[in-house]
Amino acid sequence: MIIASSVTKQFGKLKALNNVSLKCRQGECISLIGPNGSGKTTLIKCILGMVIPNSGFITFNNKNIAKDWLYRDEIGYMPQIGRYPENMTIGQLLAMMKDIRNTGIHEVDEDLIQAFQLTGMLNKRMRTLSGGTTQKVSAALAFLFNPSVLILDEPTAGLDPISSEILKEKIIAEKQKGKLILITSHILSDLNDLVSEVIYMQDGNLLFHKSIDQLRTDTGEEKLTKAIASVMIKGNL
Amino acid sequence: MTDILRSKIILIYTLILLIATFCVFGLEDNASKGILSVLNIILIVLPLFSIIFSTIYIYNSSEFIELLVSQPLQRKTIWLSFLIGLAIALSLSFIIGVGIPILLFQLNIIGFLIIFVGVVLSIIFVSIALLAAVQIRDKAKGIGIAILLWIYFSILFDGLVLFLLFQFADYPLEKPMLLVSALNPIDLARILLLLQLDVSAMMGYTGAIFKDFFGTVTGLIISCFVLMLWSAIPMYLSVIKFNKKDL
Repeated sequence: MIIASSVTKQFGKLKALNNVSLKCRQGECISLIGPNGSGKTTLIKCILGMVIPNSGFITFNNKNIAKDWLYRDEIGYMPQIGRYPENMTIGQLLAMMKDIRNTGIHEVDEDLIQAFQLTGMLNKRMRTLSGGTTQKVSAALAFLFNPSVLILDEPTAGLDPISSEILKEKIIAEKQKGKLILITSHILSDLNDLVSEVIYMQDGNLLFHKSIDQLRTDTGEEKLTKAIASVMIKGNL
Repeated sequence: MTDILRSKIILIYTLILLIATFCVFGLEDNASKGILSVLNIILIVLPLFSIIFSTIYIYNSSEFIELLVSQPLQRKTIWLSFLIGLAIALSLSFIIGVGIPILLFQLNIIGFLIIFVGVVLSIIFVSIALLAAVQIRDKAKGIGIAILLWIYFSILFDGLVLFLLFQFADYPLEKPMLLVSALNPIDLARILLLLQLDVSAMMGYTGAIFKDFFGTVTGLIISCFVLMLWSAIPMYLSVIKFNKKDL
Protein backbone atom coordinates (compact mmCIF):
# COMPACT_ATOMS: atom_id res chain seq x y z
CA MET A 1 0.00 0.00 0.00
CA ILE A 2 2.66 2.50 1.02
CA ILE A 3 6.09 1.95 -0.48
CA ALA A 4 9.00 4.27 0.22
CA SER A 5 12.16 3.78 -1.76
CA SER A 6 15.47 5.23 -0.64
CA VAL A 7 13.97 8.37 0.86
CA THR A 8 16.56 10.87 2.04
CA LYS A 9 15.82 14.13 3.79
CA GLN A 10 18.34 16.62 5.00
CA PHE A 11 17.71 19.61 7.25
CA GLY A 12 20.84 21.70 6.84
CA LYS A 13 23.67 19.46 7.98
CA LEU A 14 21.42 17.05 9.81
CA LYS A 15 20.40 13.95 7.92
CA ALA A 16 16.92 13.30 9.23
CA LEU A 17 16.30 10.36 6.91
CA ASN A 18 19.07 8.40 5.27
CA ASN A 19 18.10 6.14 2.41
CA VAL A 20 14.98 4.77 4.09
CA SER A 21 12.98 2.16 2.22
CA LEU A 22 9.92 0.40 3.54
CA LYS A 23 6.80 -1.43 2.50
CA CYS A 24 3.51 -1.31 4.33
CA ARG A 25 0.66 -3.60 3.38
CA GLN A 26 -3.05 -3.46 4.06
CA GLY A 27 -4.06 -4.95 7.40
CA GLU A 28 -0.74 -4.48 9.12
CA CYS A 29 -0.27 -2.64 12.34
CA ILE A 30 3.22 -1.22 12.28
CA SER A 31 4.96 0.49 15.12
CA LEU A 32 7.76 2.92 14.43
CA ILE A 33 10.19 2.78 17.29
CA GLY A 34 13.40 4.66 17.85
CA PRO A 35 15.08 7.17 20.14
CA ASN A 36 14.19 10.88 20.01
CA GLY A 37 15.32 12.53 16.84
CA SER A 38 15.67 9.29 14.93
CA GLY A 39 13.50 10.53 12.06
CA LYS A 40 10.17 8.89 12.88
CA THR A 41 8.08 12.03 12.61
CA THR A 42 9.98 13.17 9.51
CA LEU A 43 9.21 9.84 7.85
CA ILE A 44 5.52 10.23 8.70
CA LYS A 45 5.50 13.79 7.40
CA CYS A 46 7.14 12.59 4.19
CA ILE A 47 4.37 10.04 3.73
CA LEU A 48 1.81 12.78 4.27
CA GLY A 49 3.55 15.08 1.82
CA MET A 50 4.18 17.70 4.48
CA VAL A 51 7.93 17.32 4.13
CA ILE A 52 9.35 16.88 0.68
CA PRO A 53 12.26 14.42 0.47
CA ASN A 54 15.56 15.46 -1.11
CA SER A 55 15.77 12.21 -3.00
CA GLY A 56 13.83 8.98 -3.30
CA PHE A 57 10.10 8.67 -3.71
CA ILE A 58 7.03 7.35 -1.94
CA THR A 59 4.10 5.63 -3.59
CA PHE A 60 0.62 5.17 -2.20
CA ASN A 61 -1.42 2.47 -3.93
CA ASN A 62 1.18 2.48 -6.71
CA LYS A 63 0.84 6.19 -7.31
CA ASN A 64 3.72 8.57 -6.67
CA ILE A 65 2.61 10.99 -3.97
CA ALA A 66 4.75 13.85 -5.23
CA LYS A 67 2.21 14.80 -7.87
CA ASP A 68 -0.90 13.49 -6.21
CA TRP A 69 -2.80 14.95 -3.31
CA LEU A 70 -6.09 13.07 -3.33
CA TYR A 71 -4.45 10.06 -1.70
CA ARG A 72 -4.57 11.97 1.60
CA ASP A 73 -8.29 11.34 1.53
CA GLU A 74 -7.46 7.76 2.55
CA ILE A 75 -5.30 8.78 5.48
CA GLY A 76 -6.26 9.77 8.97
CA TYR A 77 -3.39 11.57 10.64
CA MET A 78 -3.00 12.32 14.29
CA PRO A 79 -0.02 14.64 14.83
CA GLN A 80 2.28 14.51 17.80
CA ILE A 81 1.48 18.09 18.75
CA GLY A 82 -1.85 19.10 17.30
CA ARG A 83 -1.79 22.72 16.22
CA TYR A 84 -5.13 24.17 15.21
CA PRO A 85 -6.44 27.64 14.38
CA GLU A 86 -6.81 29.21 17.79
CA ASN A 87 -9.96 31.17 17.14
CA MET A 88 -11.97 28.23 15.90
CA THR A 89 -14.29 26.30 18.15
CA ILE A 90 -14.22 22.50 18.17
CA GLY A 91 -17.55 22.49 16.34
CA GLN A 92 -16.31 24.83 13.62
CA LEU A 93 -13.16 22.77 13.21
CA LEU A 94 -15.16 19.56 12.80
CA ALA A 95 -17.53 21.23 10.35
CA MET A 96 -14.64 22.59 8.33
CA MET A 97 -12.92 19.22 8.13
CA LYS A 98 -16.15 17.59 7.03
CA ASP A 99 -16.43 20.27 4.39
CA ILE A 100 -12.90 19.65 3.12
CA ARG A 101 -13.29 15.90 3.10
CA ASN A 102 -16.53 16.06 1.15
CA THR A 103 -18.22 13.41 3.21
CA GLY A 104 -20.43 11.99 0.56
CA ILE A 105 -17.99 9.15 0.02
CA HIS A 106 -17.11 8.28 3.58
CA GLU A 107 -19.38 7.55 6.43
CA VAL A 108 -18.54 9.74 9.35
CA ASP A 109 -17.28 7.83 12.35
CA GLU A 110 -18.09 9.85 15.44
CA ASP A 111 -17.38 7.13 18.01
CA LEU A 112 -14.40 8.93 19.47
CA ILE A 113 -16.20 12.26 19.67
CA GLN A 114 -18.83 10.52 21.78
CA ALA A 115 -16.37 8.47 23.80
CA PHE A 116 -14.20 11.47 24.65
CA GLN A 117 -17.31 13.51 25.49
CA LEU A 118 -16.34 16.23 23.07
CA THR A 119 -19.98 16.85 22.16
CA GLY A 120 -20.41 18.94 25.29
CA MET A 121 -17.49 21.19 24.37
CA LEU A 122 -18.29 22.02 20.76
CA ASN A 123 -18.40 25.74 21.53
CA LYS A 124 -15.01 25.88 23.21
CA ARG A 125 -12.28 27.64 21.31
CA MET A 126 -9.15 25.66 20.45
CA ARG A 127 -7.01 28.23 22.29
CA THR A 128 -8.66 27.44 25.59
CA LEU A 129 -8.21 23.67 25.42
CA SER A 130 -5.72 21.77 27.55
CA GLY A 131 -3.02 19.69 25.89
CA GLY A 132 -4.91 16.49 26.56
CA THR A 133 -8.19 17.77 25.14
CA THR A 134 -6.41 19.01 22.01
CA GLN A 135 -4.96 15.52 21.71
CA LYS A 136 -8.47 14.09 21.96
CA VAL A 137 -9.63 16.39 19.17
CA SER A 138 -6.68 15.25 17.05
CA ALA A 139 -7.59 11.62 17.64
CA ALA A 140 -11.26 12.21 16.86
CA LEU A 141 -10.31 13.98 13.62
CA ALA A 142 -7.97 11.17 12.56
CA PHE A 143 -10.71 8.56 12.92
CA LEU A 144 -13.59 10.78 11.76
CA PHE A 145 -13.61 9.87 8.09
CA ASN A 146 -13.12 6.14 8.38
CA PRO A 147 -9.84 6.24 6.45
CA SER A 148 -8.16 3.07 5.26
CA VAL A 149 -4.81 4.16 6.64
CA LEU A 150 -4.26 5.57 10.11
CA ILE A 151 -1.06 7.36 10.96
CA LEU A 152 -0.76 8.06 14.65
CA ASP A 153 2.20 9.99 15.98
CA GLU A 154 2.49 9.42 19.74
CA PRO A 155 -1.26 8.91 20.13
CA THR A 156 -1.33 8.30 23.86
CA ALA A 157 1.07 11.06 24.94
CA GLY A 158 -0.76 13.51 27.16
CA LEU A 159 -3.94 11.47 27.44
CA ASP A 160 -5.25 10.34 30.80
CA PRO A 161 -5.35 6.56 31.44
CA ILE A 162 -9.07 6.23 30.70
CA SER A 163 -8.92 8.13 27.44
CA SER A 164 -5.80 6.35 26.32
CA GLU A 165 -7.57 3.05 27.00
CA ILE A 166 -10.54 4.22 24.89
CA LEU A 167 -8.17 5.16 22.10
CA LYS A 168 -6.36 1.82 22.28
CA GLU A 169 -9.63 -0.07 22.03
CA LYS A 170 -10.57 2.04 19.05
CA ILE A 171 -7.25 1.28 17.36
CA ILE A 172 -7.72 -2.45 17.94
CA ALA A 173 -11.25 -2.24 16.52
CA GLU A 174 -9.98 -0.48 13.40
CA LYS A 175 -7.14 -2.96 13.06
CA GLN A 176 -9.66 -5.77 12.98
CA LYS A 177 -11.39 -4.07 10.07
CA GLY A 178 -8.21 -4.68 8.10
CA LYS A 179 -6.83 -1.16 8.07
CA LEU A 180 -3.19 -0.22 7.81
CA ILE A 181 -2.10 1.42 11.02
CA LEU A 182 1.22 3.19 11.60
CA ILE A 183 2.00 4.11 15.19
CA THR A 184 4.95 5.75 16.81
CA SER A 185 5.19 5.60 20.54
CA HIS A 186 7.73 5.60 23.29
CA ILE A 187 5.39 3.88 25.67
CA LEU A 188 6.12 0.36 24.50
CA SER A 189 3.66 -1.25 26.88
CA ASP A 190 0.91 0.54 24.96
CA LEU A 191 1.94 -1.25 21.84
CA ASN A 192 2.20 -4.77 23.29
CA ASP A 193 -1.17 -6.09 22.22
CA LEU A 194 -1.51 -3.87 19.14
CA VAL A 195 1.30 -4.25 16.70
CA SER A 196 2.06 -6.92 14.17
CA GLU A 197 5.24 -5.39 12.73
CA VAL A 198 8.06 -3.34 14.16
CA ILE A 199 10.23 -0.79 12.40
CA TYR A 200 13.25 0.36 14.35
CA MET A 201 14.94 3.61 13.40
CA GLN A 202 18.10 5.25 14.63
CA ASP A 203 19.80 8.46 13.44
CA GLY A 204 17.73 8.56 10.28
CA ASN A 205 18.52 4.98 9.35
CA LEU A 206 15.99 2.22 9.24
CA LEU A 207 17.72 -0.54 11.20
CA PHE A 208 15.17 -3.29 10.76
CA HIS A 209 11.61 -4.03 9.75
CA LYS A 210 10.43 -7.32 11.22
CA SER A 211 7.20 -8.96 12.14
CA ILE A 212 6.63 -9.25 15.85
CA ASP A 213 6.99 -13.06 15.82
CA GLN A 214 10.29 -12.77 14.01
CA LEU A 215 11.46 -10.26 16.60
CA ARG A 216 10.42 -12.58 19.41
CA THR A 217 12.35 -15.52 18.02
CA ASP A 218 15.39 -13.35 17.23
CA THR A 219 15.64 -11.86 20.68
CA GLY A 220 14.21 -14.74 22.65
CA GLU A 221 11.95 -12.36 24.58
CA GLU A 222 8.21 -12.79 24.79
CA LYS A 223 7.26 -9.19 25.59
CA LEU A 224 7.72 -6.40 23.04
CA THR A 225 9.10 -4.16 25.76
CA LYS A 226 11.88 -6.56 26.59
CA ALA A 227 12.55 -7.47 22.98
CA ILE A 228 13.06 -3.82 22.05
CA ALA A 229 15.13 -3.19 25.13
CA SER A 230 17.45 -6.02 24.15
CA VAL A 231 17.71 -4.58 20.63
CA MET A 232 18.54 -1.14 22.02
CA ILE A 233 21.27 -2.54 24.21
CA LYS A 234 22.74 -4.50 21.32
CA GLY A 235 22.49 -1.45 19.10
CA ASN A 236 24.55 0.55 21.53
CA LEU A 237 27.32 -1.98 21.70
CA MET B 1 -11.75 33.35 4.32
CA THR B 2 -14.53 35.23 6.03
CA ASP B 3 -12.42 35.46 9.15
CA ILE B 4 -10.25 38.09 7.45
CA LEU B 5 -13.26 40.27 6.81
CA ARG B 6 -14.41 39.77 10.37
CA SER B 7 -11.06 40.86 11.68
CA LYS B 8 -11.30 44.07 13.65
CA ILE B 9 -8.08 45.44 12.25
CA ILE B 10 -9.40 45.37 8.71
CA LEU B 11 -12.51 47.23 9.84
CA ILE B 12 -10.40 49.84 11.59
CA TYR B 13 -8.23 50.20 8.50
CA THR B 14 -11.31 50.79 6.37
CA LEU B 15 -12.67 53.34 8.81
CA ILE B 16 -9.38 55.22 9.00
CA LEU B 17 -9.12 55.35 5.23
CA LEU B 18 -12.70 56.54 5.01
CA ILE B 19 -12.26 59.27 7.62
CA ALA B 20 -8.94 60.40 6.16
CA THR B 21 -10.30 60.65 2.67
CA PHE B 22 -13.40 62.56 3.72
CA CYS B 23 -11.29 64.93 5.83
CA VAL B 24 -8.95 65.63 2.94
CA PHE B 25 -11.79 66.36 0.58
CA GLY B 26 -13.50 68.47 3.21
CA LEU B 27 -10.38 70.54 3.91
CA GLU B 28 -9.48 71.30 0.32
CA ASP B 29 -11.81 73.58 -1.55
CA ASN B 30 -10.57 72.19 -4.84
CA ALA B 31 -11.32 68.52 -5.44
CA SER B 32 -8.30 67.96 -7.64
CA LYS B 33 -6.03 69.29 -4.88
CA GLY B 34 -7.79 66.90 -2.54
CA ILE B 35 -7.11 64.03 -4.83
CA LEU B 36 -3.41 64.85 -4.71
CA SER B 37 -3.43 64.44 -0.94
CA VAL B 38 -5.43 61.24 -1.20
CA LEU B 39 -2.77 60.00 -3.57
CA ASN B 40 -0.18 60.36 -0.85
CA ILE B 41 -2.31 58.29 1.50
CA ILE B 42 -2.64 55.61 -1.14
CA LEU B 43 1.02 55.50 -1.97
CA ILE B 44 2.31 55.37 1.60
CA VAL B 45 -0.33 53.86 3.84
CA LEU B 46 -1.79 51.27 1.52
CA PRO B 47 1.43 49.37 0.69
CA LEU B 48 2.52 49.52 4.33
CA PHE B 49 -0.73 48.16 5.65
CA SER B 50 -1.11 45.53 2.94
CA ILE B 51 2.35 44.10 3.35
CA ILE B 52 2.38 44.04 7.15
CA PHE B 53 -1.16 42.77 7.61
CA SER B 54 -0.62 39.97 5.09
CA THR B 55 2.69 38.86 6.56
CA ILE B 56 1.30 38.77 10.09
CA TYR B 57 -1.83 37.00 8.91
CA ILE B 58 0.17 34.27 7.18
CA TYR B 59 2.39 33.73 10.20
CA ASN B 60 -0.62 33.55 12.50
CA SER B 61 -2.25 31.01 10.22
CA SER B 62 0.75 28.72 10.21
CA GLU B 63 -1.12 26.08 12.23
CA PHE B 64 -4.06 26.33 9.94
CA ILE B 65 -1.85 25.92 6.87
CA GLU B 66 -0.19 22.93 8.50
CA LEU B 67 -3.57 21.37 9.12
CA LEU B 68 -4.75 21.97 5.57
CA VAL B 69 -1.58 20.56 4.02
CA SER B 70 -2.18 17.20 5.73
CA GLN B 71 -5.64 17.07 4.15
CA PRO B 72 -6.52 16.02 0.60
CA LEU B 73 -6.00 19.47 -0.86
CA GLN B 74 -3.54 20.67 -3.43
CA ARG B 75 -0.90 22.99 -2.02
CA LYS B 76 -1.37 25.45 -4.84
CA THR B 77 -5.07 25.73 -4.00
CA ILE B 78 -4.37 26.34 -0.32
CA TRP B 79 -1.82 29.07 -1.01
CA LEU B 80 -3.82 30.81 -3.71
CA SER B 81 -6.94 30.85 -1.59
CA PHE B 82 -4.98 32.60 1.17
CA LEU B 83 -3.70 35.07 -1.37
CA ILE B 84 -7.08 35.69 -2.94
CA GLY B 85 -8.74 36.00 0.46
CA LEU B 86 -6.24 38.63 1.59
CA ALA B 87 -6.34 40.48 -1.71
CA ILE B 88 -10.12 40.63 -1.73
CA ALA B 89 -10.32 41.78 1.88
CA LEU B 90 -7.73 44.52 1.44
CA SER B 91 -9.12 45.67 -1.92
CA LEU B 92 -12.61 45.80 -0.48
CA SER B 93 -11.56 47.98 2.40
CA PHE B 94 -9.71 50.22 -0.03
CA ILE B 95 -12.73 50.50 -2.28
CA ILE B 96 -14.99 51.29 0.65
CA GLY B 97 -12.51 53.55 2.42
CA VAL B 98 -11.12 55.53 -0.49
CA GLY B 99 -13.10 54.53 -3.55
CA ILE B 100 -16.49 55.70 -2.36
CA PRO B 101 -15.39 59.21 -1.29
CA ILE B 102 -13.42 59.63 -4.50
CA LEU B 103 -16.40 58.69 -6.57
CA LEU B 104 -18.52 61.14 -4.58
CA PHE B 105 -16.13 64.04 -5.15
CA GLN B 106 -14.43 63.16 -8.39
CA LEU B 107 -16.61 61.02 -10.58
CA ASN B 108 -14.44 60.82 -13.67
CA ILE B 109 -11.80 58.76 -15.38
CA ILE B 110 -9.10 59.85 -12.90
CA GLY B 111 -11.20 58.64 -10.00
CA PHE B 112 -11.56 55.23 -11.57
CA LEU B 113 -7.88 55.11 -12.41
CA ILE B 114 -7.00 55.81 -8.79
CA ILE B 115 -9.26 53.03 -7.60
CA PHE B 116 -7.78 50.65 -10.13
CA VAL B 117 -4.22 51.53 -9.15
CA GLY B 118 -5.06 51.19 -5.44
CA VAL B 119 -6.54 47.73 -5.91
CA VAL B 120 -3.57 46.61 -8.00
CA LEU B 121 -1.14 48.01 -5.41
CA SER B 122 -2.97 46.08 -2.66
CA ILE B 123 -2.63 42.86 -4.65
CA ILE B 124 1.03 43.56 -5.41
CA PHE B 125 1.91 44.05 -1.77
CA VAL B 126 -0.10 41.04 -0.66
CA SER B 127 1.87 38.87 -3.06
CA ILE B 128 5.19 40.41 -2.02
CA ALA B 129 4.23 39.77 1.60
CA LEU B 130 3.38 36.15 0.86
CA LEU B 131 6.69 35.67 -0.88
CA ALA B 132 8.48 37.06 2.17
CA ALA B 133 6.41 34.91 4.53
CA VAL B 134 7.00 31.68 2.61
CA GLN B 135 10.71 32.34 2.37
CA ILE B 136 11.39 33.07 6.02
CA ARG B 137 10.41 30.69 8.80
CA ASP B 138 10.90 33.00 11.73
CA LYS B 139 7.97 35.28 12.41
CA ALA B 140 9.85 38.29 13.79
CA LYS B 141 12.39 38.14 10.98
CA GLY B 142 9.64 37.81 8.39
CA ILE B 143 7.75 40.85 9.63
CA GLY B 144 11.03 42.77 9.80
CA ILE B 145 11.78 41.90 6.20
CA ALA B 146 8.27 43.00 5.20
CA ILE B 147 8.82 46.41 6.81
CA LEU B 148 12.25 46.69 5.19
CA LEU B 149 10.73 45.91 1.81
CA TRP B 150 8.18 48.66 2.32
CA ILE B 151 10.91 51.14 3.33
CA TYR B 152 12.87 50.14 0.27
CA PHE B 153 9.98 50.57 -2.13
CA SER B 154 8.61 53.80 -0.74
CA ILE B 155 11.70 55.63 0.55
CA LEU B 156 15.05 54.08 -0.30
CA PHE B 157 14.30 53.51 -3.94
CA ASP B 158 13.62 57.20 -4.54
CA GLY B 159 16.83 58.07 -2.76
CA LEU B 160 18.79 55.69 -4.94
CA VAL B 161 17.22 57.10 -8.06
CA LEU B 162 18.05 60.66 -6.99
CA PHE B 163 21.61 59.61 -6.22
CA LEU B 164 22.00 58.05 -9.65
CA LEU B 165 20.50 61.11 -11.29
CA PHE B 166 23.06 63.37 -9.61
CA GLN B 167 25.95 61.06 -10.37
CA PHE B 168 25.10 60.82 -14.03
CA ALA B 169 23.70 64.31 -14.46
CA ASP B 170 25.86 64.85 -17.56
CA TYR B 171 24.21 62.08 -19.50
CA PRO B 172 20.76 62.04 -21.06
CA LEU B 173 18.91 59.94 -18.51
CA GLU B 174 15.31 60.52 -19.46
CA LYS B 175 14.81 57.29 -21.38
CA PRO B 176 16.56 55.03 -18.82
CA MET B 177 14.47 56.73 -16.13
CA LEU B 178 11.39 55.26 -17.71
CA LEU B 179 12.86 51.78 -17.26
CA VAL B 180 14.01 52.49 -13.73
CA SER B 181 10.56 53.64 -12.71
CA ALA B 182 9.18 50.27 -13.81
CA LEU B 183 11.37 48.65 -11.14
CA ASN B 184 9.21 50.04 -8.35
CA PRO B 185 5.44 49.57 -8.38
CA ILE B 186 4.87 52.53 -6.04
CA ASP B 187 6.85 54.88 -8.29
CA LEU B 188 5.12 53.59 -11.34
CA ALA B 189 1.73 54.13 -9.75
CA ARG B 190 2.70 57.62 -8.60
CA ILE B 191 3.92 58.73 -12.02
CA LEU B 192 0.95 57.16 -13.70
CA LEU B 193 -1.50 59.05 -11.51
CA LEU B 194 0.38 62.36 -11.30
CA LEU B 195 0.47 62.61 -15.05
CA GLN B 196 -3.28 62.25 -15.21
CA LEU B 197 -3.60 65.12 -12.75
CA ASP B 198 -1.92 67.76 -14.92
CA VAL B 199 0.64 68.64 -12.30
CA SER B 200 3.35 67.08 -14.44
CA ALA B 201 4.26 70.52 -15.68
CA MET B 202 6.12 70.92 -12.38
CA MET B 203 8.29 67.93 -13.12
CA GLY B 204 10.52 69.69 -15.67
CA TYR B 205 12.09 68.11 -18.67
CA THR B 206 11.93 64.55 -17.35
CA GLY B 207 8.29 65.19 -16.70
CA ALA B 208 7.81 66.05 -20.33
CA ILE B 209 9.41 62.79 -21.40
CA PHE B 210 7.20 60.94 -18.93
CA LYS B 211 4.21 62.74 -20.27
CA ASP B 212 5.20 61.68 -23.76
CA PHE B 213 5.25 58.09 -22.63
CA PHE B 214 2.69 57.70 -19.86
CA GLY B 215 0.32 60.26 -21.31
CA THR B 216 -0.33 58.11 -24.34
CA VAL B 217 -2.69 55.21 -24.36
CA THR B 218 0.12 52.79 -25.20
CA GLY B 219 2.12 54.09 -22.25
CA LEU B 220 -0.89 53.70 -20.00
CA ILE B 221 -1.46 50.15 -21.12
CA ILE B 222 2.22 49.22 -20.82
CA SER B 223 2.48 50.64 -17.32
CA CYS B 224 -0.70 48.87 -16.25
CA PHE B 225 0.79 45.71 -17.69
CA VAL B 226 3.99 46.23 -15.72
CA LEU B 227 1.90 46.67 -12.56
CA MET B 228 0.15 43.37 -13.32
CA LEU B 229 3.56 41.74 -13.72
CA TRP B 230 4.50 43.11 -10.31
CA SER B 231 1.60 41.23 -8.76
CA ALA B 232 1.94 38.07 -10.85
CA ILE B 233 5.67 37.41 -10.47
CA PRO B 234 5.87 37.38 -6.63
CA MET B 235 2.64 35.39 -6.60
CA TYR B 236 4.08 32.79 -8.95
CA LEU B 237 7.38 32.59 -7.07
CA SER B 238 5.62 32.20 -3.73
CA VAL B 239 3.47 29.34 -5.07
CA ILE B 240 6.61 27.54 -6.29
CA LYS B 241 8.31 28.10 -2.93
CA PHE B 242 5.26 26.93 -1.01
CA ASN B 243 5.04 23.76 -3.09
CA LYS B 244 8.53 22.82 -1.94
CA LYS B 245 8.23 23.98 1.64
CA ASP B 246 8.59 21.59 4.57
CA LEU B 247 5.98 22.06 7.24
